[in-house]
Amino acid sequence: MVARQHVKTADERSTGRLYKELALGFFRVGIFGFGGGPSSIPLVHTEAVKKYKWMTDDEFGDILALANTMPGPIATKMAGYIGYRVAGMLGLLIALVVNVVPTVIAVILLLNLLAAYKDLPVVNNMASAVIPVVTVMLGVLAWDFVKKSGDSIGWAKAIFAIVIAYVAMYVLNIHPAFVILAVFALIFSPLLTKRRKRL
Amino acid sequence: MIYWELFLAFLIPGILGYGGGPAAIPLVQVEVVDRYGWMTNPEFSEMVAAANALPGPIATKMAGFVGYDQAGVLGAMVALFASVGPSLLMMIVLLNILWRYKNSPYVKNLTKWVRPVIAVLLVVLTFQFFFDSYEINGAWITVFLVIGAYILLERVKLHPAVVILLALGFGAVTTYI
Repeated sequence: MVARQHVKTADERSTGRLYKELALGFFRVGIFGFGGGPSSIPLVHTEAVKKYKWMTDDEFGDILALANTMPGPIATKMAGYIGYRVAGMLGLLIALVVNVVPTVIAVILLLNLLAAYKDLPVVNNMASAVIPVVTVMLGVLAWDFVKKSGDSIGWAKAIFAIVIAYVAMYVLNIHPAFVILAVFALIFSPLLTKRRKRL
Repeated sequence: MIYWELFLAFLIPGILGYGGGPAAIPLVQVEVVDRYGWMTNPEFSEMVAAANALPGPIATKMAGFVGYDQAGVLGAMVALFASVGPSLLMMIVLLNILWRYKNSPYVKNLTKWVRPVIAVLLVVLTFQFFFDSYEINGAWITVFLVIGAYILLERVKLHPAVVILLALGFGAVTTYI
């Protein structure tokens, strides 16, 4: 059994503090997410679950799953939704702005003022050296999800589900969004048949 | 009207861009280069190269830059909203419904059975990053940095941001050796 994680409720801390936490947390996610949106998933996990305890691992998994079924950039969807969940509309705005604006300004500056520097080997080398770090962060998070799958539905079922999901997404090349939607449909299908019987 | 055009140009990649930011790059190119002619193809690839060297989601960096380039700060805001807003709103609505029924056995089952799918996605993403690094950095540096990062993140328990800064420093220093 997985021990129930403690998540602080809104009453346990002031809203002002939440805004500050959101601003700091998603600012870090934005400026350290080298390698595009997916590389920031483990960073969001660190801030939301481990550091500030806005949510449990389970809730993080649900949000990540649903974010994957929606189009658009994954990092900003996570920032926006988590901001909203933690502190309402203002929380959403704060999380989005601190997540997106610093790097947008950096791109504008880089292209307008420092265009000469973007081909510098030192800039490329710095960005390349971060990739192995992201690899480790993703690997740790991935193993977390594998282990939790085994703990919650049993290893036999978990391995079965993992193989099916792998084959569907990477052998049959079905888009992940549709695989996740299929899981939704399978889980909720008993509800539909029940309702039909009642009618 | 330039604001309306910017809104449309980034709304479409935002809605069709399944698979996150990188999936949106070709969609943005169609709008920015082919449809509206705001940039030439070489300019577009220059922007993508610069955006890739910087942290943060790629789709929003492109939207912000093109919006600013065409219509200043307001243009950047319009393009950013178009690329992020619609899918974020959908997600808030759906997750609020799930949250309301979070104690129902169906939603609990959903959490359990979605997890293996996410696990597969993350494992595959891990390998993609590993092989990217192998191609760019070579085997020795990749293995060295992977082991070093693992020790610092999981044994020493440093914050990921600190480890990323160390890696940036490593990349900068090794350039001159």
